[in-house]
Amino acid sequence: MSTSHLDHQDFGRIINNTLADPHLQKAVYTATGRLMSHRRSAIEPHLLPDYQELREQARLVKLHTIENLDWYLEQFERNVVAHGGHVHWCRDAEEVAETVLSIARPRGVKLVVKSKSMTSEEVHLNDRLAEHGIESVETDLGEYILQLLKQRPYHIIAPALHLTRYDVADLFEEKLGTPHDTVIENQTRTARVVLREAFLRADMGISGANFLVADSGAIVVVENEGNARLSTSAPRVHVAIAGIEKVIPRAQDLATFLKLLARSATGQMLSAYTSFLSGPRRAGEVDGPEEFHVILLDGGRTKLLEDEEKRTSLTCIRCGACLNHCPVYRKIGGHSFPWVYSGPIGAILTPQFHGLDAEPALPFASSLCGACAEVCPVKIDIPKILLRLRSDIKESEKGTAEHQFERMAFRAYAYAAARPKLWRRLTKIGARFSGPGIRNGASLPVVRDWLSQRDLPAPAAKSFRELWKERRP
Amino acid sequence: MKVSIFVTCVVDQLFPATGMAMATVLERAGCEIHFPEDQTCCGQPAFNTGYRDEAATVARHTMKVLQGSDYVVVPAGSCASMMCHHYTDLFATGTDHDAARQLAPRVVEFSKFLTDVLKVEDLGARFDGVVTYHDACHSLRELGIKDGPRRLLSKVRGLELREMDIPEECCGFGGTFSVKFPGVSGGMARTKIDSIVRTGADILVSADSSCLMQMAGAISRAGLPIRTMHLAEVLASR
Amino acid sequence: MTAREAILGQVRMHLRRAPSQSPPAIPEARIRVPVMDRAARIELLMQRVIALSGTAVHVATLAEACHTVALITGGASAVASNAPLLRDAGITALPGVQTGFMVEAELRALCTTAPFGISSADYALCDTGTLVMMASPADARLISLLPPVHIAVVPADRVLSGLDELFTLDALPADHTSSTVFITGPSRTADIEQLLVRGVHGPGEIHLIIYDNPT
Repeated sequence: MSTSHLDHQDFGRIINNTLADPHLQKAVYTATGRLMSHRRSAIEPHLLPDYQELREQARLVKLHTIENLDWYLEQFERNVVAHGGHVHWCRDAEEVAETVLSIARPRGVKLVVKSKSMTSEEVHLNDRLAEHGIESVETDLGEYILQLLKQRPYHIIAPALHLTRYDVADLFEEKLGTPHDTVIENQTRTARVVLREAFLRADMGISGANFLVADSGAIVVVENEGNARLSTSAPRVHVAIAGIEKVIPRAQDLATFLKLLARSATGQMLSAYTSFLSGPRRAGEVDGPEEFHVILLDGGRTKLLEDEEKRTSLTCIRCGACLNHCPVYRKIGGHSFPWVYSGPIGAILTPQFHGLDAEPALPFASSLCGACAEVCPVKIDIPKILLRLRSDIKESEKGTAEHQFERMAFRAYAYAAARPKLWRRLTKIGARFSGPGIRNGASLPVVRDWLSQRDLPAPAAKSFRELWKERRP
Repeated sequence: MKVSIFVTCVVDQLFPATGMAMATVLERAGCEIHFPEDQTCCGQPAFNTGYRDEAATVARHTMKVLQGSDYVVVPAGSCASMMCHHYTDLFATGTDHDAARQLAPRVVEFSKFLTDVLKVEDLGARFDGVVTYHDACHSLRELGIKDGPRRLLSKVRGLELREMDIPEECCGFGGTFSVKFPGVSGGMARTKIDSIVRTGADILVSADSSCLMQMAGAISRAGLPIRTMHLAEVLASR
Repeated sequence: MTAREAILGQVRMHLRRAPSQSPPAIPEARIRVPVMDRAARIELLMQRVIALSGTAVHVATLAEACHTVALITGGASAVASNAPLLRDAGITALPGVQTGFMVEAELRALCTTAPFGISSADYALCDTGTLVMMASPADARLISLLPPVHIAVVPADRVLSGLDELFTLDALPADHTSSTVFITGPSRTADIEQLLVRGVHGPGEIHLIIYDNPT
């Protein structure tokens, strides 16, 4: 059961378009480079001497929670209810939309302000609300820009990473009718004015949640602009949408996770605003939402729990560091990826959520360099999971016509490599025929693909084996 | 000390001089070298492409060939890591798993063998030139090799090491990735090469022949006057 | 079957867990509170706030705190929270300052026009330069959110070393407040070209006043 759909199945084509766009290449490389260097400064030993211990603690706590997920979800639910909030469980995107509508319609909601939520991107909520005449406005600056452009986020934490001030100037001029202005400060001010009005008029605020805190019945929202604070403070109804894997056991665990999240994401010690929200406003409070709802989404997550190794994919805290540090992401960008989660984490989540056949090339689009695992704050071994998925995909291709030539080639390779005499004979023949002929003629597709980018070294006149024999008769 | 060498299929066919240089350096460091004739390939190409049955066939053969060696020295971090780490993933249980666990600690990447097992850094090498060093991903991130090769290079007379701004960034090889996503792979190589050029070095040194093959190919395509050398070749120079 | 039952059922099936089965021992929460005297905390806090492009002053008395607020607002319109310490300091009696709002619409109206919002802070975390604001009848949320400038007054004994100390003193903030917000520097964005701009939806300026309260 696929609970939400891929946005496109054009992986290869969009990769090539991205590679061919020098403007985009530069924008993505520069922006990710800035995020990388911010992170590096933030975890320097004199600022965070226990970085590695924090990672290990974060890994252990997340894994423990995922392995006992039902327990902590029920605890979370009890505590939300105890503080006067409501919890809604949704199996898929459709149920999320229905739930939001079931809250919005009886309350006469006309305008929804949304603060960045990857989970709501999964369910394409804005479209569903619009069908029922409910306007929703994205309030994170990057998301607002993308909503005007009708694009999806390019990056988990920097949604408009692929755009420059010039793109934004054109967009605002066209859509908002403001004078063409390429000063980022002025562009930000324009958005502030437009969105401030929306915040004050909105009947409902929808947020995501970085963490669901079981012992507190609280959600934690991490942001910088103040739009999430406004979305969760100003409207009379607050709805948070979160995947079930977001739960952590204790408020005290935030002392671990908050130290890692912002540093890994943007290189800040803490984000400008970290909101720990536990229910609607209480007696005597002058402001704050009158209603507090949390929507818990499965959306394919439970499927990942069965396998011990693969379930670690669910421990991700969405910091985006693996994207910034991935040399492949930095070349192909976020929109090449077929789903809202891009980069290395997207490459392991997408096939597990949508099925191996949804975009079978995806787990192969990695040089397995391991930079993602190196920077992951919860130590997800992404390359290992990629290797597992590659193997699963090849297993599933058995008996089909997919990659028949490749399969035969690897069978032949294994057969020969386990027979040293045959191997020696074949490599010798290979060396003789792989001279200039094959290199120029590019007869094999594999050779052609290699040569499309770089030269191929000429095989040595004599193999090591032969040289070694001559040396030691 | 008696050591076996596993030269890898790439070195055997394309860069035999690397294998010879490794043998020379190890002998100078006092090792007695054995080259198990029946060695072929570690199986990584199949493993990384998802063909685990095929990889297992090759791995079983390699484990048999290397049985009884005290140490197996490998001139490529990637192949060494395949044998140290991934064989045990490949065989979850049974006698193959035991064999993989038995082999793992005995397989040592070349530079690590010099610095950590033999504990030598000065091999009496002389090499006049300005070099820059590329950290091969699997040496760096799977085997934890970072300072060792630099310490070895620092003892080479006449050699100047200039660090890149991105020495740890992947060259884009990635086995079959290089031909499955040629444009991405080639782009990664060019990014890396831009950084090499910025150092002003004449020679690119690394301890993994596959990375060197990728970067040498891209350097040659770009028509740049930069040579590539395996660390062993530099250390064997006099 | 409800969605709740279905999801919990799937979770338990895949994890091979029975309903209400207690989890094995959970890794202990990692809490490390460094030893730091008050002077060191205040110094680090001020350093961090300034690094985040805010201002920070340390004064001896509430009267001096009030004087500092007056210098910052210069008599311009300001909305102050109902925190007793602001009243005790005389801040609420300063020219231009309005306070005592109990009706949300009135509070909102002033917060959208006043250039200054003045609040207390429940705690400050010195290692990150963070204000900890817990919502209560005395401290509304919008005061530190809507006006372009936020002025916060915090007693020196409320300056903590960091998150670890906060969660040691108060392991369950949800038991007594519906909202605990950690404010670290002014509102900011880097959404365009990863270049920093301050003051997006929240205040672009933060002024922190630490005063020595008798303990």
